[in-house]
Amino acid sequence: MELVNKKPSSLVDIKMHYCPGCGHGIVHRLIAEVMDELGIRERTVGVAPVGCAVFSDDYFNCDMIQGPHGRGPAIATGIKRSQPGCIVFSYQGDGDLASIGMAETVHSAARSENITIIFINNAIYGMTGGQMAPTTLVGQTATTCPKGRDPKVNGYPIKVCELLSQLEGARYLERTAVSSAQGVIKTKKAIKKAFQNQVEGKGFSLVEILSMCPTNWGMTSLQGAKFVDEKMMPLYPLGVFRSTEQEGGQK
Amino acid sequence: MGEKILMKGNEALAEGAVLAGCRFFSGYPITPQNEVPEYMSWRLPEAGGTFVQAESEVSAINMIYGAAATGIRTMTSSSSPGISLKQEGISYCAGADLPIFFANVVRGGPGLGNIAASQGDYYQSVKGGGHGDYHTIVLAPNSVDEMGNFPKKCYELAEKYRMPAMILADGILGQMMEPVEFKFTPVDPSTLKKPDWSLGNAAGRKKRIVRSYDLREGELEKMNWARAKKFQEIEDREVQFEEKNIQDARLVLVAYGTSSRIAAAAMKMARDKGLKVGLFRPITLWPFPKKQLAKLAQRVENFLVVEMSQGQFVDDVRLAVNGTAQVDLYARPAGIPSGEEVFAVVEKLYRSIKPTLTAKKAEKTKPAQKAKTPKKARPTKKPKPVKKAKAINKKTVKIKTAKKSTKKGGRR
Ligand SMILES: Cc1ncc(C[n+]2csc(CCOP(=O)(O)OP(=O)(O)O)c2C)c(N)n1
Ligand code: SF4
Repeated sequence: MELVNKKPSSLVDIKMHYCPGCGHGIVHRLIAEVMDELGIRERTVGVAPVGCAVFSDDYFNCDMIQGPHGRGPAIATGIKRSQPGCIVFSYQGDGDLASIGMAETVHSAARSENITIIFINNAIYGMTGGQMAPTTLVGQTATTCPKGRDPKVNGYPIKVCELLSQLEGARYLERTAVSSAQGVIKTKKAIKKAFQNQVEGKGFSLVEILSMCPTNWGMTSLQGAKFVDEKMMPLYPLGVFRSTEQEGGQK
Repeated sequence: MGEKILMKGNEALAEGAVLAGCRFFSGYPITPQNEVPEYMSWRLPEAGGTFVQAESEVSAINMIYGAAATGIRTMTSSSSPGISLKQEGISYCAGADLPIFFANVVRGGPGLGNIAASQGDYYQSVKGGGHGDYHTIVLAPNSVDEMGNFPKKCYELAEKYRMPAMILADGILGQMMEPVEFKFTPVDPSTLKKPDWSLGNAAGRKKRIVRSYDLREGELEKMNWARAKKFQEIEDREVQFEEKNIQDARLVLVAYGTSSRIAAAAMKMARDKGLKVGLFRPITLWPFPKKQLAKLAQRVENFLVVEMSQGQFVDDVRLAVNGTAQVDLYARPAGIPSGEEVFAVVEKLYRSIKPTLTAKKAEKTKPAQKAKTPKKARPTKKPKPVKKAKAINKKTVKIKTAKKSTKKGGRR
């Protein structure tokens, strides 16, 4: 009998620590499949964040570096600029990328660093136990906004793709979701394009992925997926926000 | 090699790093070290390297973290508030056992302070600096020549022990012009062996991970003990210092960096008046020359520490001396003392040293003292001519005529 669907070789064959219904594991697999398909595993260096995905340095079967909270794009810049032959990706949550690491995100996009950023938007701080994130929805409860996010007190959610789309250096921005099978397929396509862009030297690419955190949302896995579709998508519409075919990112 | 060139301290620092094989620099402007990134912005591309002006010091040090993890020689530099921001990244590099090199051209603090030369970052530099249990190797130059020659030493020490190494300078050293002679053969980075932990190009080998955490029960403590052992080894082996006129000294001035030059001027004034005054200058501030100072304290009555801070450096001197001699302090936090000022203090202290004490100490150390054999007259070295217009390339000429940026106001 032929095995038709095996674990990608870009993923280490160990058990992941993510909660049931979490999006991180799905996205890990997609990245690994893309690495396999593009044949770039041996020259890829991944940057693991601070957040639930901190242990992704164990999971991906490529060279990995774990960075301080939010600094992924700066670390990726250092690696890419000193080893232009490497494929460098940074994997980050919303607290990591849109809060503490906002400056690093914006400026690496402005410089059009030829890197790939995979951005997991689950509208909450997962690892630290469910505090409000910059992407937490208005009205959504979190441990630091127990009555729900109130713009008068907590400000408004940040739409990262829309924000970055103002920047000339941002060459490819797409938002997808992993709450459905169809969404997973689309997400893989986006991830592949984001890596392909780097291989072709096109510059800064970022894929924002709406993802589930059933644990900190206080939901079941199914309710989590529904929350993404019904509550998150209206605020964070899916689609391509920027895609320039021109070359000229930082080599 | 072998030629003297007139350069600004900051430029010597940058050129010294490039000649030592640095091929990646990222930084963020802050006075009084701006000449470093300015110099690197044209010099590194010329040498086949990369310069990135980061959006902040936080970002700059993390670019270094990434670049250094690929096994190349990197550099960042900043001044006090900027170094505070870099401390998170420095701590990560220490935690990940990455050899990195950076320079702090210290200005007055705390807070925004001012751009005058100061030594107020002593604690921050030698006691760790960022969070966690670690040390940074700290070299303190006191001339433009050393600014140019110390980066190579920093790379070698950092790589030997896999840890951060820094140059602690100040605004005076950064801004003044003096002859520098790069006393080493320029390092071709392609001849350096890629370390067996470096990231990138994994063809034919297993994946590698660079990280600063270990959540397994007891593992982090083990790692920290291993580091403690390494730190002890460094303290035993890598101490560097300079002594002047200490053979017969009753009072010894202790100072590092710019202060050591001021102290040297005061020492000369004292010697001219027949006072037996010497100078002890630590070159490595961490590892600190504890044992050497302790030994000296066996026969010296009085130490006078001169520092451009409130009394940070004096703590380490006192710990080393451990009560066997009197340790006094002349402190100028964010002020620059003159030789005359220091001499006045020296003279007063010197007169107060009790002759009985001196006799006792001399008695104690007598058997250890060897009979002096007369020294052979050394052939006098011909001083090398200082070449003013020797150009490393066309840009160097501009540097020499560049206006001093010690001006008040403006660039902060
Ligand atoms: C400098 C710093 N500040 C705060 C933290 C604590 N911290 C760890 S993870 C995290 C939030 C992570 O949230 P996110 O990036 O959204 O990822 P998730 O856990 O949801 O996947 C925080 C604040 C830290 N490790 N370092
Ligand atoms: S806490 Fe949330 S983000 Fe973290 S692993 Fe669990 S579900 Fe995933």
